[in-house]
Amino acid sequence: MFRAYLKTAFIALIFIASATAQAQDQIGDYAYDTAIISDGGKINTKPEIDSYIDHHLKDSHDFHLFSYTNDAGERKHVGFPLPVIVWSTDGPKFFMSSEFHHDDDAQVLVNKGEATFTKLHSKIYELEGGATSINFDEEHHPTNAHRVFDMSITKSVFGLILIGAFMLLVFGGLAKQYKTKTIATGFGRVLEPLVIYVRDEIAKPNIGEQKYRKFMGYLLTVFFLIWIGNLLGLTPFGFNITGQIAVTVCLALFTFFIVQFSANKDYWMHIFWMPGVPVLMKIALIPIELIGLFTKPFSLLVRLFANITAGHVVVMGLIALMITLKEQFGVVGSTGLSLFLTLFLSVIELLVAFLQAFIFTMLSALFIGMAVAEHDHAEHAGAAEDDIDEVRERFV
Amino acid sequence: MLDLINDFSPGLFFMQALILIILIALMRKFAWRPILDALNTREEGIANALASAEQAKVEMAQLEASNQAAAQEARAQRDEMIKEAREIKEKMIADAAGQAQEKADKIIAQAQDAIAAEKKAALADIKSQVAVLSVDIAEKVTRKELSEKDAQHALIEQLLAEANI
Repeated sequence: MFRAYLKTAFIALIFIASATAQAQDQIGDYAYDTAIISDGGKINTKPEIDSYIDHHLKDSHDFHLFSYTNDAGERKHVGFPLPVIVWSTDGPKFFMSSEFHHDDDAQVLVNKGEATFTKLHSKIYELEGGATSINFDEEHHPTNAHRVFDMSITKSVFGLILIGAFMLLVFGGLAKQYKTKTIATGFGRVLEPLVIYVRDEIAKPNIGEQKYRKFMGYLLTVFFLIWIGNLLGLTPFGFNITGQIAVTVCLALFTFFIVQFSANKDYWMHIFWMPGVPVLMKIALIPIELIGLFTKPFSLLVRLFANITAGHVVVMGLIALMITLKEQFGVVGSTGLSLFLTLFLSVIELLVAFLQAFIFTMLSALFIGMAVAEHDHAEHAGAAEDDIDEVRERFV
Repeated sequence: MLDLINDFSPGLFFMQALILIILIALMRKFAWRPILDALNTREEGIANALASAEQAKVEMAQLEASNQAAAQEARAQRDEMIKEAREIKEKMIADAAGQAQEKADKIIAQAQDAIAAEKKAALADIKSQVAVLSVDIAEKVTRKELSEKDAQHALIEQLLAEANI
């Protein structure tokens, strides 16, 4: 299975190689901050690059593919707008993100009924009390506008829907294959070992032979959602789904609630009245165990978020080397160095993409397993701890 | 950290939760359940096939053993039959020989009896002829001396009886 993954990674590497070259074209052209539009919208300085990376890490309301400057010296953005759905003081509002005209600095105001919206740093604000322009305090926070509940089909939501549709298509296809034959053919032959891998390497050893079946739906869905999401983040489409804190919080909360709702008596017993220790210790252990209850999902969400964000930042930083090191190494030198390092890191990122999906699913399965385990009390005390250490050792 | 909290978008969270719930439900119904069921069925099928193959192997071995035993038995039976046949043959030969001997002995005995009877008869005949001849001879010899003819005859008779060839 692992070898198969490396093979896939190699093929993807070739794809990334071409994609990286494409991405390098993009980075030189894209403008976000009005402050840097001066140079025809090209991004050539360190702060511009930082702001570009920062912008990429955030969700966006339109799907931008690339930009170019036409013969007349105008900046043209190629992409498509995504629908904006917000809940304002005037009720729900729907409109296309194209109404913001690529503005991200609260310059363009959109009037919808009683409400006026503007977009600032990828967030949609509603202006208060009939204000006609936005005011900022010293820290560049708007003073006369507030954020709205934004259920827009943003780029991340769009990506999630795309992944969901893709998963339904390919795995539904695999399911359909089994109706007529016992051994999958074609692409199903690639998917089947992955499903078996999640079942035999993640679910069964952690949850147990009897109870794993109930949680397979969640574990498999989350595994493939994160993995495909991570891989999509490596394409030049610039998705950053698993690098959105809201997405990882949501995933971790799902694990948290599944663990709490499927937990048996033993699990709560171990939290509130640890068996086999003196009464004083029992009392002392309650807050520790309670904290542990919440640190587990918290570590899940932070691990995924931090890994993906770091990966994106480093890859983009390395791509930017061709600009930042141009003076020291010349055009060819900096481009070559950037290409080599980006390729190298992209391969590692491919591995990380799988690893993070694996770890998230693995630890979810482990927490579920701890919650549903039927144990003899005597030897249990340190067992769960050991498992986590083991898992950590395997990956650190 | 504050940036991170500021970056958290409740809308995205809501959409993600919605999509995830729908996706899990759909995937369970249309993908995971049929796939896992099919995999389980297949694995059970393989396990069963392996078990039955093992069973067949054992049965095969048993069959072979019983075959061998049957062959052994048949061989023993054959040997027995051959042995019996040989015995019968020998007995028959022996019997036949005995009977022939007996018959031959009987024939010989009869022949000897016949011979003895013939011999006796012949001797008696000879005796009488000899007596007649002797008398004739004597008569011829002593034709003229007929004085003591009867006495002489009795003497000869007596002598002949005593002689008793």
